[in-house]
Order: sequence, then structure tokens, then C-alpha cells
Amino acid sequence: MTQSQSLLEVRNLKKYFPIRGGVFGRKVGEVKAVDDVSFSVNKGETLGIVGESGCGKSTTGRAILRLEEPTSGNVEFEGNELTRLKKEAMRRMRRELQMVFQDPFASLNPRKTAFEIIEEPLKVHGIGHASERKEQVMELLQVVGLDVSHAGRYPHQFSGGQRQRIGIARALAVRPKLIVADEPVSALDVSIQSQVLNLLEDLQHTFDLTYVFIAHDLSVVRHISDRVGVMYLGRMVELANRDSLYDQPLHPYTQALLSAVPVPDPDSVRERIILSGDVPTPSNPPKGCAFHTRCPHVMDICQEVRPEFKDYGEEHYVACHLLEK
Amino acid sequence: MNEPVLTERHSVTELNQEKVESPFRETMRALLHHRSAMIGGGIILFLILIAFIAPLLLPFGYNQIDADARLQPPSAEHWFGTDDFGRDIFARVVYGARISLWVGFFAITGSIVIGSVLGLIAGYYGGWRDTLISRSFDILLAFPAILLAIAIVAMLGPSLENAMYAIAIINIPTFGRLMRSRVLAVKQEDFVLAAQAIGMKDTRILFHHILPNSWTPIMVQGTLGFATAVLEAAALGFIGMGAQPPDPEWGKMLSDSRGFFQSAPWTMIFPGLAIMLTVLGFNLLGDGLRDVLDPRMKQ
Repeated sequence: MTQSQSLLEVRNLKKYFPIRGGVFGRKVGEVKAVDDVSFSVNKGETLGIVGESGCGKSTTGRAILRLEEPTSGNVEFEGNELTRLKKEAMRRMRRELQMVFQDPFASLNPRKTAFEIIEEPLKVHGIGHASERKEQVMELLQVVGLDVSHAGRYPHQFSGGQRQRIGIARALAVRPKLIVADEPVSALDVSIQSQVLNLLEDLQHTFDLTYVFIAHDLSVVRHISDRVGVMYLGRMVELANRDSLYDQPLHPYTQALLSAVPVPDPDSVRERIILSGDVPTPSNPPKGCAFHTRCPHVMDICQEVRPEFKDYGEEHYVACHLLEK
Repeated sequence: MNEPVLTERHSVTELNQEKVESPFRETMRALLHHRSAMIGGGIILFLILIAFIAPLLLPFGYNQIDADARLQPPSAEHWFGTDDFGRDIFARVVYGARISLWVGFFAITGSIVIGSVLGLIAGYYGGWRDTLISRSFDILLAFPAILLAIAIVAMLGPSLENAMYAIAIINIPTFGRLMRSRVLAVKQEDFVLAAQAIGMKDTRILFHHILPNSWTPIMVQGTLGFATAVLEAAALGFIGMGAQPPDPEWGKMLSDSRGFFQSAPWTMIFPGLAIMLTVLGFNLLGDGLRDVLDPRMKQ
């Protein structure tokens, strides 16, 4: 993690959701959706974040953009501390940081046309006059591979893949530097997924974008990411270059996760690591290492001490006691 | 919508944009195919037309007293007969339509505007604003509507205008709570989150994204509420808390005719029918609107 080229620096990010109960709505507990996560994203790269549903990967993405106000921690973007920005300053900062959403059906206002949806970010940030904006929107439509003559259509008149393209054009309109893509293809048909992924890759080169790519599909993440972080129960357990993570996973959870990826070769014989039990509840996470309840290599220390997230060579970060021996 | 939504026509603007029907026009077209909505709409249009045009054509003024023609049964000269002052009931019923529609329109518009704004604020911001607004609604709803209206008119003094204010006030919580519940649902949608992510100001999110996706039940309730407002105005008129004599208000006409409804039933029947017709028209239209706007209610 070289400081000089990092665009986004996330340190000790925490997001706890309060659980309220009782007659007076007192706080009776909290869900630790994101629990002390740190990572950095370099300019021009794609950082993939994978994990099971409920592991806090989406919340991490939203907390970075302050769509969920982080409970504590720092998010530094180009040297600006986002968590300390006032409301209006943050609003203006959003020009640089955009988001692509998971559900292309829910993330577009059904009462606005494709044109209005893509034009709105330009309007909001006061970019250009009406005629310039129109030109830009038409250009954006072409860039994301939509028919310009469909600009007047409403979202329900597009297919899922087309809608996601509108969502991407909307994020792209203000020429951001960073795009947080929260499972941008998981709601799409497999045949459409690759089209949208390729589009995202092309746009990255054309517009010099940096992505935080959140997904649960390991092969999708492998395809698009330069580096990959694995999350489990609100914590980052492993973070490394794509190749070293996929070829030599060090954390037992990553190993189990990767062993579940199907290999398109009927003769290949692999050892599958089947995890027993369920993910513990994030409102009452296990003491020590969050994974110790399901880890095949669990030791005594795992139940007591939370492992440090450390660099084990070549920027391969892991949080596991096994490696400390 | 069972018809194909896209049209094949291409207009000849410089970008060769296709014509797309807006959701509003789609709704209007669906409404035109809805039978009871069309009947209701027809009744309302008829009433509005009468209220505007007929006074110009009437041979009698609504306050024209003819002492020689008291309590005359319906005839070619006096279509609906005359009342105890010899005034033409047809003229009075027609002028009454003006009053009832006017009261209904302003009272309901007022409660929609105030209720919606309060509901938007309560639903979007939550917290103490929600508590304050929602509890105020609860207090208003704790009283029977008509009793509250009477209390308000009693405070302001009996007049048609004050009756209108009272009706507006008692209907605010209905719209406010409806709007609040819609906003609570809509603000969870991803497109609102997307609007925040883009960097929109709250007011723009509220009025460009949340409101347009929340107003359909308000439309329906507003139409049905119009019928209630007409009834409430008549009720207030009946007990003397609304329109004052000699205004030809339907409720007032009913109460004035109580003394001779056995000997001259037409003094009561025609204003009563007018009230019924108005309420029926708005209820039919409201039901139709609900069918058209809420696809889940279909079938």
C-alpha cells in the first residue's frame, strides 16, 4: 500500500446499527455490520470486495460514500477526510465519488425518463447549459451502449441490462474519479453480466476510473479486480493481489470459499472444504477471531484474541493466528 | 396496462426520438376505459357545467321571493317546485352546486397541500419532527370529525367560509398520514439512495423523487374526500353552522324544509338528490382512480 498513489484510504471503519427494543426504544444491542475494516485503493485500480451475504460488504461501500454514516473510522479521499466534511461540502464532493447499485429495477426513479435520469447529476452539480447537457447525455448514452433514440423512454421500458447501463451512465455523468459498484451485475442474467462487466472495464480505461467492486461472485471478482479483499462477519480477513489471493489463499475462510468455485473440468479432482454451521450473528459476534466457530484449523488462541490484520509479504494482508506461528 | 406501451411512431426531431407515453397520459387513457370512473367523471362534469352555466339561463334568481307561489309542487314553470318563501327550488339547487363544489374544492385542496407537506416532512426526516406531526394528527383524529368541525366553527363563528376552514382542518390528518406512510416506503427505495449518492439537496429529493412516487394514493383519497367534504358541508349547513340564509346551501335547504316535508316533499327531495348525486359521482371516480393507479387492486 504505497501512500503516494492511493486514491482512497479507509482506516478502522466501523458501522454499528443500534438494535432498539422495549417500551421506550432504548438501545438494547448493536449489529456490527462493519467492524474495524482498513484498506486502501490505488488510483486506476479495481479493488474487489467479496463475502457472503450479510458480511458487511455493501455497508462498507455505503459507509465510504457516507450514505450510511460511519460509526467511527476514517475515509480519506485524495487527502480529504470525508467523515469530517459538512453536509454541503460532502454534497459537492459527491461529484468525485459515484455509485452503481445492485438492483437496476429499484435504483431508477420510475417516473423519470432515461434522459432525465442521466441529466440530473449534471443539473444538480450545475454543469453546463441545457443544450450542453443534452449533448453530454446523448454522448453518455452512446458510451454505455444505449440507443440515443430511446432517451425518452421510462425505466420500465428497458431490460435489466439496459437499465444497469443507465445506472452506469448516471454515475459517469459527473466524471467521477471513484465508482463504488455494489454488486452491479448480480441481478442480471449471466449472458448480460459479461457485457456489463466488459463495459465497466472499457469505461475504466477511457475515463481513468478507480473502482471498488463489491460482489459475492468469486469468478466475477477475479475477472475484473486487480486486488481482492475478503470479508467475513464485518471484518476484512484477507486482502491481496488477485493472483496471489486466488492461487495461494492464506486464510482458511478464503480457502473454503475458493474451494466452492466450480471448475469447468469434469476430471479435475479437488479437495472441497465444507464449512459446518452458519455464520454467527453480527449482533453477537464470537470473541477472538470471528471465524473460529467454523474454522477447520481452530486453535485455543483464536477463541480469545482477535488476530491482527498484517502484511505477510508482498502486500498480502491476512488476519489469522495460523500464520503467526 | 394490457396494451403495448411503446408506440412505433418516430417523430422527426433532430435526434429522431421516439414518442413515449408519460405515466400520466397512460393513467388518463386507462381511466377513459374504466366504466364507473367515466360515469362518476360524467356526473361531476355535469355538475360543474350546471354550476357554471345554468345560472345564466335560469328565469328565476335563487333569492327571488314570490309570496303568491309558496310551496308550489313541481310544474312547467317551477321544475322542482317552490319553497315556503315561493323561491324556485331548481334555481336554488343549481346555485347550491356552486357552493358545494366550491367548498369541497377549496377545503380538500387545502387539506391535501397542508397534509402532504406535513406528511413529507414527518416521513422523510423522522425524529422529533415526525413525533410532533404524527402526535398532532393523533390528537385531531381522536375527536369525531364532525364534532371537531362544529367546535372549530363555534370558535370562528358560523359562516360558509369558516365551515370550509373547519372541513379543511379535520381532513388534514387523513392526507398527512397517508403521505407519511407512502414516504416511509418510498424513501427506502434505491433510487432515493441513488439521488443522495449523486449529491442532490434534500428539497430536490423530496419534490423530484419522493413526491412524484407518493402522490397516487393522495389523488384517490382526495377524490373520495371531496365527497365527504360535500357531505360535511351539508351537515354543518343543516345544523346552522355552515352557510347562512339566504345562501342556497343544500344542507341548509334540507333543514329549512323539515317543517313541511309531508305536505311539500319536493322541498326536501331535490336538495337531497343533489347531495346524493355529487357524493356518488366523486365516489365512483375515486374508486375508478384507485383501480387504475394501483395495479395490485386490479381483478
